[in-house]
Amino acid sequence: MTTAVIAEEAPVAAPPAGRATVVLRRFLRNRTALGGAVVLVLLFLLAFVGPYATKWSYSHIDYTALRAAPGADHWWGTNRIGQDVFAQTVRGLQKSLVIGLLVAVLSTGLASLVGACAGYFGGWTDRLLMFLVDLLLVFPSFLIIAIVSPRLNSSGWFALVGLLGLFAWMITARVVRSMTLSLKEREFVRAARYMGVGPFRIIWRHVLPNVASFLIIDATIQVGGAVMSETALSYFGFGVQPPDVSLGTLIADGTSAAVTYPWMFFFAAGLLVVFVLAVNLVGDGLRDALDPTSKGASR
Amino acid sequence: MSPILQVTDLDVDFDGRPAVRGVALTLERGEVLGLVGESGSGKSATALAVLGLLPGNAQVRGSVRLDGQELVGASEKQLTRIRGSRVSMVFQDPLSAFTPVYRIGDQIAEAVRAHQDVSREQARQRAVELLDLVGIPEPALRARAFPHEFSGGMRQRAMIAMAMANDPDIILADEPTTALDVTIQAQVLDVLRTAQRETGAALLLVSHDLGVIAGTADRVAVMHEGRVVESGTAVDVFERPQEPYTKRLLAAVPRMDTPRAPQPPTGETVLKVRGLTRTFPLLKGTAFKRRIGSVYAVDGVDLDIRRGETLALVGESGSGKSTTLFELLELAPPEGGSIELFGNDLAGLGKAETKALRRRVQIVFQDPMASLDPRMPVGDIVAEPLRTQGADRATIGRRVPRLLAQVGLDPAHAERYPHEFSGGQRQRVGIARALSVEPELLVLDEPVSALDVSVQAGVLELLQRLKEELGLAYLFVSHDLSVVRNIADRVSVVYLGRTVEAGPVDEVFERPRHPYTQALLSAVPLPDPTRERARQRSRILLAGDPPSPTRRYDGCRFRARCPLRPHLGERERKRCEQEAPVFDGDGAACHFPRVREVV
Repeated sequence: MTTAVIAEEAPVAAPPAGRATVVLRRFLRNRTALGGAVVLVLLFLLAFVGPYATKWSYSHIDYTALRAAPGADHWWGTNRIGQDVFAQTVRGLQKSLVIGLLVAVLSTGLASLVGACAGYFGGWTDRLLMFLVDLLLVFPSFLIIAIVSPRLNSSGWFALVGLLGLFAWMITARVVRSMTLSLKEREFVRAARYMGVGPFRIIWRHVLPNVASFLIIDATIQVGGAVMSETALSYFGFGVQPPDVSLGTLIADGTSAAVTYPWMFFFAAGLLVVFVLAVNLVGDGLRDALDPTSKGASR
Repeated sequence: MSPILQVTDLDVDFDGRPAVRGVALTLERGEVLGLVGESGSGKSATALAVLGLLPGNAQVRGSVRLDGQELVGASEKQLTRIRGSRVSMVFQDPLSAFTPVYRIGDQIAEAVRAHQDVSREQARQRAVELLDLVGIPEPALRARAFPHEFSGGMRQRAMIAMAMANDPDIILADEPTTALDVTIQAQVLDVLRTAQRETGAALLLVSHDLGVIAGTADRVAVMHEGRVVESGTAVDVFERPQEPYTKRLLAAVPRMDTPRAPQPPTGETVLKVRGLTRTFPLLKGTAFKRRIGSVYAVDGVDLDIRRGETLALVGESGSGKSTTLFELLELAPPEGGSIELFGNDLAGLGKAETKALRRRVQIVFQDPMASLDPRMPVGDIVAEPLRTQGADRATIGRRVPRLLAQVGLDPAHAERYPHEFSGGQRQRVGIARALSVEPELLVLDEPVSALDVSVQAGVLELLQRLKEELGLAYLFVSHDLSVVRNIADRVSVVYLGRTVEAGPVDEVFERPRHPYTQALLSAVPLPDPTRERARQRSRILLAGDPPSPTRRYDGCRFRARCPLRPHLGERERKRCEQEAPVFDGDGAACHFPRVREVV
């Protein structure tokens, strides 16, 4: 019978593209999403190349220019103790970009892994994982971060990313679990099982793509949320500590001066808005690319 | 006399897309008009338009006259007065047609009181009478039951009782038996005819099943793409169709009464199942579950399939067909009995051997939409089994287009998603996926029951061709006996988790020996009005519903519904009660088998 199939030597063009290629193609065809991605890249460039473009360092204090308006010397002006706003903003942008994206990816990834496993395997796996989730939910996360983060100073704010991620995934995990429970009963999952596909591969290939819309929305919300919770922590003296800055701390410092010395506030705030907006556009594009029935993306 | 219902030039659009175009129908008093068509032909939209029950996004034009009164454009108040009293409706899904939180009797009484000025007590009385009329045993007691306590057939009977409540002029039945098993379908159609006779109402019967229409309708209207393409008396339309579409449709319907020459089995045994059992625990409680009983889903199934052979596993819902399949496909040692695949007993197989067996057994599911991952391009779907078996990229890239071509799809469509295909094409994708790893046994779980007749024919043809080309063996699970007759070489009938009869397809269909097989075959309607009406007189109507599988029965498990039983003597009956009939290979598991021709 093998011969019967092989014997049909039909001339075959290029092999059909797999899902990854198809999704990528759909994504690239989406103008707005592509725009969002470009903006993200530009933000990264600004954050990591910007510090080399200016002669000021983010912590240097220029006593000759206190509260100076934007000009040739200080491009985006200075703050009330004479630090260069541009240098500070790009420094802060570095932190916030990394914190926002890493926390979002980390927490959504953890949520989808735990939720999908709990839903798919059921039984004791489910019970144990959900117990863990409930436990973390009732933990006062702020308190824990407050206690733990001063001890992690050596590893710096990367530890903060870990901590923020660790306390942001539980509700998402519960939702993913319930979505997995209903997906598990669908015939295509059963079909995959009878083909001998392993459980983790089923989760990866069948379950997660089908909850992707939710995960992407969740992740884009997490980005903004992470930047904000980092700010809150920093405000209380944990997280990013002076003289180091993040967009959050800059915004917090500049709020009071927003009307009188707008440059202290609006550059940082504007960049945060642009950042979150770009992430949202990319997220929308990704969702449309993954969802074949969406009206947003053409094939 | 003027017709009771006159539909002229009826147009229905859904959001501007045409669904019904220029339909004209007349319904005389007391006649049965069959409206037949495939899905999307606009038959349900037509029926719903009569009652003004279409959703808000539908625009209706034209004229529907009920006894001279125009219904299109009539106010909601006028329509409400007509609905249920002059025109009543029987829906397809009787579970969703009842409110789950009210008792059946109260819901029927409510229908009575909506249009008649009677007291609560009188209405309740009437409800019980109606339930009695539709053949529900102990109607006074059952009137106090909730919808979920009724079986599907009983719910549909209650639905009919409700439709009769106000002696309507017209009963609209929209696919009233589609969700039911054949033996139950026969019962319900019988009740529907009784109801029609009792009330003297005209019946508009909407169905996709030509057999149902042939057996019930006096006149037939065939719908296709929103238009009535042909109408006339049932005998005329079925025996002398004029329109090409009607001819095609009638030709595509698989018929139970066409003999075939099935291939004699030759090859070695591929699958051998003996005394397979599977029970599920019935649990109670939330935190601490305790077992309060068992469901004996499969309790003694025997199967034999040889290479190049199609075995049809036939049974009604709840008979354990699907459980049997899933037990088989788990490739795990069965709970009881034995499964032998390609000479390997499933008990005592290593991991590597199981993996090797996986390649040789593949499955095609019933619902092609549900069994294909909506977020995967079909190329990936077809490639999945290959990938699981560890094929490399180059092989997959070569095989996938070829597989798609083999099942009659365009290989260039490999990058499309399942929702872009039609039902029949999706089922072809499912078949291509199953074939990708060159299996030797293909398990087909109702592969065509979700498809329209004309599409069905194409898929069945494909399956037949693939079997010959690739030398496959099929385990074909179906409740549709007409399809089985057309594809199977051998048939195995299961009742309540146990094999009751097996044999070559012609033998079983022409000379059935088990009374259950006879009843099952006799219940299948033929798309032939003359013969169907003759058969109706000698139809074996099974009483009641299949008993619950939560009990284990001593003796013959069919005896409670057995049509043979009243004819048996005292001693013979005792035997049925005490001794379970044994099934050995071929033939019937019955103490008193008797050939009876029913097709």
